[in-house]
Amino acid sequence: MNNSLTLLGLLSREPSYGYDLKHSYDRYFGAGKALAFGQVYATLARMVRDELIRALGEETGGGPDRKKYEITVAGQDRVREWLFTPDVPSESLQSELFAKTVIALLLDDDADRLLDVQRGEHMARLRELTRLKQDADLLRVLMCDHGLFHIEADLRWIDLTSARLTQLKKELQSA
Amino acid sequence: MSTPDTTAPILSARGLHHSFGQTEALRGIDLDLQAGEVLAVMGPSGSGKSTLLHCLAGVLVPDGGSVSYRPAGRSPEKISALGEPERARLRLADFGFVFQFGQLLPELTAADNVSIPLLLAGTKRPEALRRSTELLERLGLAGLGAKLPGELSGGQAQRVAVARALVTSPAVLFADEPTGSLDSLAAENVLTMMLELVREAGTTVVMITHDARTAAYADREVMVRDGAIGAGYRVPA
Repeated sequence: MNNSLTLLGLLSREPSYGYDLKHSYDRYFGAGKALAFGQVYATLARMVRDELIRALGEETGGGPDRKKYEITVAGQDRVREWLFTPDVPSESLQSELFAKTVIALLLDDDADRLLDVQRGEHMARLRELTRLKQDADLLRVLMCDHGLFHIEADLRWIDLTSARLTQLKKELQSA
Repeated sequence: MSTPDTTAPILSARGLHHSFGQTEALRGIDLDLQAGEVLAVMGPSGSGKSTLLHCLAGVLVPDGGSVSYRPAGRSPEKISALGEPERARLRLADFGFVFQFGQLLPELTAADNVSIPLLLAGTKRPEALRRSTELLERLGLAGLGAKLPGELSGGQAQRVAVARALVTSPAVLFADEPTGSLDSLAAENVLTMMLELVREAGTTVVMITHDARTAAYADREVMVRDGAIGAGYRVPA
């Protein structure tokens, strides 16, 4: 998740203090990992430099928390560009697991076990997210669902790979 | 007088074997279920999940091995050694069943469908209907008791099937892909309501699913592969 652009998106609603932005961010997106104040102010300073936002009515001698920021036209354009540019699906986990599976097969090790261990880990996380959904508001439910569906996709890949291990091993050995 | 062993599993399978002709569906399964536990049984199609459930529930008698049932306050029974009439009695009185397609009787109303197990067990119709209506309300179906299954949505019909399975307050609920025919949102509603009721009542659940998100509602899962339980599960010593 891109924290800078998310903050910029929040700021495009109305001018805000860094303090309020941080709390808005935590409320919507900070489940399990709230943003540090330092990170918020560093991000704001960078966005001022890049002319995506500007400080309003700076008070003399005031620290970063005394400044109110507003988004610039360039900032608004940047937010819209971000919103409507699709993201590349993450393949980092898949490729790591794929590499482990292939190496295990090449080493004549227990690839089935490796996939089972990963499946157990994924299932534990699925259960955790499912529990988090109970009595949560809709915003939190939707966030959990996003995680749940992604983990489910990994699990399907694990199951399919698991079912094809014998064939994969043959192909690797004959390669 | 001996103290009852409250830690003994309510259902135990040992060395289950079963074949259909030349096909070995179960190849030595050991499984324990604690009372009140919700277990998901996962695995690919044809892995033996349904055969396992049928053996645990006394629908099928395994070719080899045993299934023991320890109901609270009664003597243990070896389900796999009972004759069909005794197993039928257990299935009616102690177990509840939910299947992928609700298998409601299309010509009966929702409330009448839910009442069937109670009527079979000898409850008078007004009392059966009262309890059915109450349970339908708990499952978010207030006012729909007079509807025929064909007039309900898939999710509503499946909740009627859940009510029918739970109306006798079974000790064990067997669910075979209970949300397999529903979309994500309807599936979630059915599961959430079903599990709220079973957890409240302390019902033990064996739920077959190939869907990981469904299995995540359970306390734990076992993976059945080629008629055996996959790595990662061992019956406690």
